[in-house]
Amino acid sequence: MLAVLMLEQTVQIVSNERDTDSYFRLVLRAPLIAPLIQPGQFAHVRVWPLKDALLRRPFSIFQVSGDTFSILYKTVGKGTDALARLGVGEELSVIAPLGHGFTVPERGGETPLLVAGGYGMAAMYLLAQRSPQRGIVFVGGRRRVDILCETEFRALGWDVRVTTEDGSHGEKGLVTEPLIAELRRKPPVPHRKVFACGPTGMLKAVGKIAEEYNVPAELSMDEHMCCGVGVCLTCVIPVKTGNGWEYQRTCTEGPVFEARQVEWEETR
Amino acid sequence: MNLSIKIGKLKLPNPVMVASGTFGYGVEYAQLLDLNQLGAVVVKGIRLDPVRGNATPRTVEVASGLINAIGLQGPGVDGFIKKYWPFLKTLKVPTIINIWGTTVEEYAEVVGRFDALGGVGALELNVSCPNIKKGGAQFGTDLKLLAQVVAACRKVTKLPLITKMSPNVVGIGPFAQAAEDAGSDALSIMNSYPAMAIDIETRRPKLANVTGGLTGPCIKPIAVKLVWDAARAVKIPIIGMGGIQNAGDAIEFMVAGATAVAVGTANFYEPQTPLQVIAGLREFMEKHGMKDVKEIIGSVQIVK
Ligand SMILES: Cc1cc2nc3c(=O)[nH]c(=O)nc-3n(C[C@H](O)[C@H](O)[C@H](O)COP(=O)(O)OP(=O)(O)OC[C@H]3O[C@@H](n4cnc5c(N)ncnc54)[C@H](O)[C@@H]3O)c2cc1C
Ligand SMILES: Cc1cc2nc3c(=O)[nH]c(=O)nc-3n(C[C@H](O)[C@H](O)[C@H](O)COP(=O)(O)O)c2cc1C
Ligand code: FES
Repeated sequence: MLAVLMLEQTVQIVSNERDTDSYFRLVLRAPLIAPLIQPGQFAHVRVWPLKDALLRRPFSIFQVSGDTFSILYKTVGKGTDALARLGVGEELSVIAPLGHGFTVPERGGETPLLVAGGYGMAAMYLLAQRSPQRGIVFVGGRRRVDILCETEFRALGWDVRVTTEDGSHGEKGLVTEPLIAELRRKPPVPHRKVFACGPTGMLKAVGKIAEEYNVPAELSMDEHMCCGVGVCLTCVIPVKTGNGWEYQRTCTEGPVFEARQVEWEETR
Repeated sequence: MNLSIKIGKLKLPNPVMVASGTFGYGVEYAQLLDLNQLGAVVVKGIRLDPVRGNATPRTVEVASGLINAIGLQGPGVDGFIKKYWPFLKTLKVPTIINIWGTTVEEYAEVVGRFDALGGVGALELNVSCPNIKKGGAQFGTDLKLLAQVVAACRKVTKLPLITKMSPNVVGIGPFAQAAEDAGSDALSIMNSYPAMAIDIETRRPKLANVTGGLTGPCIKPIAVKLVWDAARAVKIPIIGMGGIQNAGDAIEFMVAGATAVAVGTANFYEPQTPLQVIAGLREFMEKHGMKDVKEIIGSVQIVK
């Protein structure tokens, strides 16, 4: 059994403000949960005003500060829209921290190369903050507004490489292009390790690239969830085993998986 | 105040259990609630061999409900005994094992394995899963097959046997009777109802399995009616389930004729639900001056 320590708590909203465009930052006061959080873990959030849409929504934990933690979310449907309408002082139910997160590099160990697409940035901040050595973060999005928390990463002293598909900010193109350029660089950065979070297509591309350049990689997978704690078997992805593959739970064995474990041939 | 009830010879400290497939193997929720306060823990469906399960997406949220097509993913009997039984056997409350097979013989074999294990509270025969091609619902919607499965399992165990009924039959009465006559000690009513959801933009079904089973509050009135129908057809106890979210829902099932209840889909969004139901049940009994929970069972008043 994985020794996850999780809690279900009713927590208060400290702030809930628009970041850019359709992205919001939600800060929650959760004194018992905040100290437990590891990079790459998520919170399962019940948005009470949803009424007949019953399920909790999963969000990566973005930042932790004192007795609060935050999430960075994009409004994409009824749950996130309802979340955006909540005000300071209102309450939510969260189950957190959940899942198996990123392996934080040891001091003098790997140099992290973070790759993030869209709200995938949110999952990476704690990893950058808690990594003993700085690295490079590759951030990609469609437009300028999809590039999140660039200033925070710069404030940590990280090298930030931005790409947008429409060229409105940073280099024009896909986030994988500067990643490949970096992996080709001679001499390479010592002990490189890739960590990625973003849309499944991006994760698949990053996984293949890491394999090609023989660099270890951890990917945070995005799957639909119901329970978030491992009982319903909704959130599974195909994972290689000794003699084939099996479905493992994104909410429990994941969301972070080693890239070479994922059996991409069997994904949708 | 007495909350205890009996399912066959199995005594439960209270009538509130959890529904198979919505509570994993218990251990997953151990950090969020005290399992020893439940009436019983009911585990996810198990067959002889490990099962990989269906492709994803496996569930979709719909108005006041959920459609699932998990495909009974599981570790098989040996995997279960190795991985989950050591924890479950430490619980003070009974564990009920939900089992399934693709043939009558397989059902009986799995029953035999759990009978031999020792320490199991009861066995629940899932003859009503809509999400697998062979086995499951095929047995629960055919009177002859249903009787065969239950009789074959009855032969190999003295443990209480619960038959988990399909809602997808014209009248549940004869099926309930068939299970009772074949030796079932109790009935679980109901399993999920066959259902479908389509994405109108892509014109594709929202589940990889195309169809699935509907659960959650939207099925509750259907389940209450099935419990009421079955309660008039048999003498054995009924475990009512389908959309229970609070004590009121649970009491409604009991008034309709259920001896016990199970909380399913609600666990996913509110893991405290079973404990809230127990607390609310006590309050209800207090308010109505009841000493024994059995006073609620089948107390529905039909005024002609
Ligand atoms: C581990 C994990 C971490 C995540 N972290 C973030 C984050 O940091 N910021 C952020 O903005 N979003 C994040 N997401 C995605 C977020 O969960 C969805 O955007 C959200 O559930 C959408 O809910 P909705 O009601 O607005 O959308 P609707 O489309 O109305 O939702 C309908 C159903 O689909 C599910 N769903 C829809 N899109 C997704 C999706 N992309 N992933 C999983 N379930 C989905 C919903 O949970 C709900 O059950 C994360 C998802 C996972 C699995
Ligand atoms: C995700 C999911 C998985 C389920 N798995 C099983 C199972 O393995 N065996 C079984 O007999 N019933 C299974 N069920 C059915 C439930 O036990 C229960 O009968 C049904 O969900 C109705 O109750 P509810 O509306 O409270 O969820 C499952 C239901 C859901 C939602
Ligand atoms: S969401 Fe239920 S098992 Fe992962």
